[in-house]
Amino acid sequence: MIDKELEKLKDYKYGFTTEIENIKAPKGLNKEVIKFISNIKKEPEWMLQWRLKAFERLKHLKEPDWQKPKFSKINYQDIYYYSAPKSASEKLKSLDELDPKLLETYNKLGIPLQEQKRLNGIAVDAIFDSVSVATTFKDKLTEKGVIFCSMSEAIKKHPELVKKYLGSVIPVNDHYFATLNSAVFTDGSFVYIPENIRCPMELSTYFRINASETGQFERTLIIADKGSYVSYLEGCTAPMRDENQLHAANVELIALDNAEIKYSTVQNWYPGDKNGKGGIYNFVTKRGLCKGKNSKISWTQVETGSAITWKYPSCILQGDNSIGEFYSIAITNNYQKADTGTKMIHIGKNTKSKIISKGISAGYADNTYRGLVNIFPKAKNARNFTQCDSLLIGNKCGAHTVPYIKNRNSESKIEHEATTSKINEDQLYYCQQRGLNTEDAISLIVNGFCKEVLQQLPMEFAVEAQKLVGISLEGSVG
Amino acid sequence: MLEIKNLKASIENKEILKGLNLNIKAGEVHAIMGPNASGKSTLSNILSGKKGYEISGEVRFENNNLLKLGIEERAHKGIFLAFQYPLEIPGVNTNNFLKTSLNAIKKARGEKELDAIEFLKLVKKKSSDLKIEEKILNRHLNVGFSGGEKKKNEILQMSILNPKLSILDETDSGLDIDALRIVSEGVNTLRGSKNSFLIITHYQRLLNYIKPDYVHVLKNGKIIKTGNFELALELENKGYENFL
Repeated sequence: MIDKELEKLKDYKYGFTTEIENIKAPKGLNKEVIKFISNIKKEPEWMLQWRLKAFERLKHLKEPDWQKPKFSKINYQDIYYYSAPKSASEKLKSLDELDPKLLETYNKLGIPLQEQKRLNGIAVDAIFDSVSVATTFKDKLTEKGVIFCSMSEAIKKHPELVKKYLGSVIPVNDHYFATLNSAVFTDGSFVYIPENIRCPMELSTYFRINASETGQFERTLIIADKGSYVSYLEGCTAPMRDENQLHAANVELIALDNAEIKYSTVQNWYPGDKNGKGGIYNFVTKRGLCKGKNSKISWTQVETGSAITWKYPSCILQGDNSIGEFYSIAITNNYQKADTGTKMIHIGKNTKSKIISKGISAGYADNTYRGLVNIFPKAKNARNFTQCDSLLIGNKCGAHTVPYIKNRNSESKIEHEATTSKINEDQLYYCQQRGLNTEDAISLIVNGFCKEVLQQLPMEFAVEAQKLVGISLEGSVG
Repeated sequence: MLEIKNLKASIENKEILKGLNLNIKAGEVHAIMGPNASGKSTLSNILSGKKGYEISGEVRFENNNLLKLGIEERAHKGIFLAFQYPLEIPGVNTNNFLKTSLNAIKKARGEKELDAIEFLKLVKKKSSDLKIEEKILNRHLNVGFSGGEKKKNEILQMSILNPKLSILDETDSGLDIDALRIVSEGVNTLRGSKNSFLIITHYQRLLNYIKPDYVHVLKNGKIIKTGNFELALELENKGYENFL
């Protein structure tokens, strides 16, 4: 039995479970549960009302169904909306007070929380199921006036900022999953970079789903004030389970005049087993608002996990001369499915956007790029460049490209390039003749294919991501 | 070193090699000449392990049953094929590919892998020996290379990997005189008491630069004549049609 477990973990080494005592909300979605969440987090009344408003709205919404990957009906009454380690229910004064089991979990995940062991220059917020369990390097950030804390803490300590910006990019009633999140969100990260401050280190959040039958609904809000810069990275893993688990996060970014936000994601949720059983439904809403002049938001995502990945990190280019970028690698193997891309909404003058998408399919997987470039009448001189490349491994997988282009300004310029290719036998043969085994050869070819996107990742993570690309495709060629 | 006995190979029920025999000893240079469709490329594919052929007969390489080994295992044992049409791999830096290849082979042999600096030294030396411009090493593997650059890159890989048996599959076709010279120098520098070569070519031209120890004429899936360098000259004068 133990051998079998180990054997399984070889494929997905983050698939272990931590035995820990949890505090859970009663199963199901209703007003009482929302009150429970708000209460246990000691939220102010306005926050509860905000949640309840979303919940009211949710009653009138239906799940969208236009996406390519279909999924079995989710029973929203059969999910725990709040689960947190008991030991994390009281606010910790320092990391030393953190439950050793949690510390061990993060060590196993390669995220040692003790600061002295951390890579220099990266601050981490660790989210375990529904709560933030630790945030590192706080003091150093406070010196610069940077606020990096859990969402729950921000609601209490910085209500003026939260009230002003929460829901300003993803409205409470946006669409089903976003609205669900607004009603039941549990924790997430909050970042505020003051005027003219360049955040002195990479910020990162590590999301971990542990408890079973639990949904994770985190909420992240990043505000870059005038002339500031921040680079933020999120990573995700979950144990292996036979049932599908829902992850419906909302991420909002706001960049004011001359500010820049670089947001990178390495998503490695449990993808399900070889036969497509289990895995995370990753239905995430990510949207950035380039509110000020000359602002810039850049999304980079490496999506290798999840049974279904369904997300479109987008940029609303409202400020004149603002820039939006989207760099994406989506890898699907076995029975994984992805429907991902971006929306670039050009509102201001001289706005620019760039989309580089690399989709890789292997096994029986299905991978769709779906993207919108929308140029408003006043967006003079707007420019977009889109490049979508798909790579197929084997002959049972699929790749699709669905670009939508709306142009209402005659002075704009839009370019779209798309390619689909297969790793051919001859390329593999060539690499093998030079001594590489099949898996290393595929990893090399795929990494080459993804190079433009991998280059966008912060250095420390680029190497990890490269390895992950190789691991995700193991066993993809018989 | 290499012993081929009664090798037969067919693809999609079409027999291409029909009982080929060949012995190559350590340090020898053999040339195989023959008209189109005589089975030359099939031979190099089978020796390197390309899939898709029905094979019978025996091929031994240094006491290994070669036909039982996978493609990369053969590479680890010291078989190198200079491709007639080297493959392009976008996004993969040539230098990086070479290093990955060399270290994969070293690792399989239980030798110490080279670090970035050691590798750079080696590649600098080899490319200057072969008068290959270093800048091609920073480009993506074979992407946008001219025909000549691709072949030179194959020879550079050969000289870095230092294989026991190098198979050159029509490496000379489409090369100008300068590139031809570089290819020949690559072979001649490696040539020694241990390294063997199997040079597959249409033309005698390359053999002016690399004097082979033996010349074999392949026709219709069999070696029909074996001789020394003179045989190549005779072939060139008479043409395959008249000769056979």
